[in-house]
Amino acid sequence: MAKFVGGIGTSHVPAIGAAVDHGKTQTDYWKPLFDGYEPAREWIKEKKPDVAIIVFNDHASAFSLELIPTFAIGVADTFEPADEGYGPRKVPSVEGDAKLAWHIARYAIEHDFDMTIANVMPVDHGLTVPLSIAFGQPEAWPCKVIPLCVNVIQYPPPSARRCLNLGKVIREAVQCYDEDVSVAIFGTGGMSHQLQGERAGFLNPEFDTMFLDGLSQDAEKLADIPRQTFIEEAGSEGIELVMWMIMRGALGEDVKETYRSYHIPASNTAAGLIILEEEGDKS
Amino acid sequence: MNEKREFNIPGTYVFTPEHSRRGYPLNMFCMSLNKSENRDAFRADPSSYLDRFSLTPDQRKAVKERDWLGMLQLGGNIYYTFKLAIFDGLSMQYVGGSMSGITQEEFQQMMINGGRRQGDANTERAS
Repeated sequence: MAKFVGGIGTSHVPAIGAAVDHGKTQTDYWKPLFDGYEPAREWIKEKKPDVAIIVFNDHASAFSLELIPTFAIGVADTFEPADEGYGPRKVPSVEGDAKLAWHIARYAIEHDFDMTIANVMPVDHGLTVPLSIAFGQPEAWPCKVIPLCVNVIQYPPPSARRCLNLGKVIREAVQCYDEDVSVAIFGTGGMSHQLQGERAGFLNPEFDTMFLDGLSQDAEKLADIPRQTFIEEAGSEGIELVMWMIMRGALGEDVKETYRSYHIPASNTAAGLIILEEEGDKS
Repeated sequence: MNEKREFNIPGTYVFTPEHSRRGYPLNMFCMSLNKSENRDAFRADPSSYLDRFSLTPDQRKAVKERDWLGMLQLGGNIYYTFKLAIFDGLSMQYVGGSMSGITQEEFQQMMINGGRRQGDANTERAS
């Protein structure tokens, strides 16, 4: 039977990936951020998940306004890094887990979450930057990856409540999977940031702290935050934080926070990272 | 629902259905720049490349003038319009500064100082 080893919430700022790709992680600007990632790298190295479900959003790479799936799960054997306008990031291809991904897709749809199923889905910085944060620059990524892409660009995105509930269904799906695999789940994006308009550069560390605290202390309270409040308080792009709620939902009722780091700025963003583990081992 | 409220955040262009309808040709032009052959075609002849898309005259003008704030006001979404900035070799700090009326250097320094906070003039409605 499959089980979760824990969850990571992390920002997926493209400039973080560029800092890794261009060897800048030890500069004065970037070192404090990357120092904060070290314990997370140790943690995942020790946990050695077979599969990582990475909840992310596409940024006009795989999907455009031609097709806007609210939740799309990648069921392919391989996902290639997308060309976002610079040429694709020079990172390894992402190996999928088609069998588990199809199992989750089927289970979710049978439990009223009507997922879009993607056999072709180039993955952009939303997915590859979290891999770089967790694993650095390996020849090949050390685990399989199931991409779970969420629309957070076209309003309205799914609510925080809906995301939490999808996480709960993913948990059930993983728990009834017939293979003995260990699974990590990443919720990515955020934290507070606004890229657009006269308010560009807006950050809100108080909101971010409340959100990080709430993940282990009161996920139900976070699930009640309306979309408008995310946009007002976390910035128009800070609404990506709803994706962390899928990660949170997948970890069961009681979780403990085992690590967090928080740093301003990563480019135009407040960058946070949190590790959550299940309280006790009830599964 | 509270559709009205989210229109009311100063300096913020929420990508609502209405906004998306309006910005469709502009955003799809920007999206096309993900492909290197399209980048080459746009570089070679910007005007005839733009003819492939049904931009409004205002949108076309905003693209030509690289009016980053104007593009948002005409239905652009930052993830799409940023494709054009990438094409120009510009950073998100440059574009952020341009949209908020400061230089790239000033914008970068503002972020290092902790970012724009609630109460900053650009987060308040003009009275």
